[in-house]
Amino acid sequence: MFAGEGLALQPINSTALRAIERLIFQAIQGRSLNLVNEDCVLAFKITDSILASSTSMNSLEARIVEPQTEELALVEAARQGDVGAFEQLIKRYDRNVFRIAQHITQNREDAEDVVQDAFIKAFQNLNQFQGNSKFYTWLVRIAVNEALMKLRRRKTSKTVSIDEDVETEEGSMPREVADWGPNPEQLYGQSELGDILQKTIQGLPQSFRTVFVLRDIEGLSTEETAEMLNLSVPAVKSRLLRARLQLRERLNRYFQKGKRDGAKPQ
Amino acid sequence: MKCKDFLKELNEYLDGNIDVQLKTELEEHLQWCHNCFVVCNTTRKTIEIYRDNEVYPLPDPIRDKLHQAIVGKCKQKRQQTT
Repeated sequence: MFAGEGLALQPINSTALRAIERLIFQAIQGRSLNLVNEDCVLAFKITDSILASSTSMNSLEARIVEPQTEELALVEAARQGDVGAFEQLIKRYDRNVFRIAQHITQNREDAEDVVQDAFIKAFQNLNQFQGNSKFYTWLVRIAVNEALMKLRRRKTSKTVSIDEDVETEEGSMPREVADWGPNPEQLYGQSELGDILQKTIQGLPQSFRTVFVLRDIEGLSTEETAEMLNLSVPAVKSRLLRARLQLRERLNRYFQKGKRDGAKPQ
Repeated sequence: MKCKDFLKELNEYLDGNIDVQLKTELEEHLQWCHNCFVVCNTTRKTIEIYRDNEVYPLPDPIRDKLHQAIVGKCKQKRQQTT
């Protein structure tokens, strides 16, 4: 279907790999693919590149061929006490759980604790997993609860971040409009870009940040996110819009057109 | 359509959850409103950048340590229940 599109081959880089892995992950999870044009173009190009690269193909093949039924078999085996089967599930989702926990708690040690606690709790309560939701969604629900509990304990014991924005009704109106170049992230090296993205998202109020992470990074639906956070669907939509617009505005200072190395903000 | 109305629908537009008529109205607005055009494109790019770049990678040594700890505790729990 994509052959003959006339797209030039390009080497696979980490950004491209993450994009296609996300698409494959969504497909495996049986979610509707959240495609935008850029994703499609990237996916076409990467498909060509992958076909030309046997090593990349091997690593991706494993993810492509795992059907949902195999996951249910692992869950069932773990339910019967097979720790080896549960370890497969840990390997599959530990990075996601860690990422969510770190975004919510903003603390590495807490995030590691959440990963441990969430998986152990999941193992102990596998009997309660009904199978009418996906194992991943069920696991994320446990992880989000654990992370929010950690956060509450930390906040009541001491500090509240002074960097957090105050939630206001005006939070969704953009104040600064500036166009970005076609590949703004290429203005920075990978490590510097990572620092920028981390600093920028850390400044969001926790309630916005969590919704953004679950919806836009983890790819959960609005309804799943609402259920996990005990919010209404309109509340999730409103927080997501504000999170997206605030992140955009904060990234403006790094990515706006004409930004040069010498003019990077401190 | 005013900019405020466009922004209200921005999420649905970016996520593609929108009916054809509203999509046409939004795209008409984008044709003449440069500010909304920029906000729309840069918001889409914001989402893509966060999706495509791992902000919190989990290093292998920590990953291994966590796996060992989790598996160890799961084995303990299993023994307690049998």
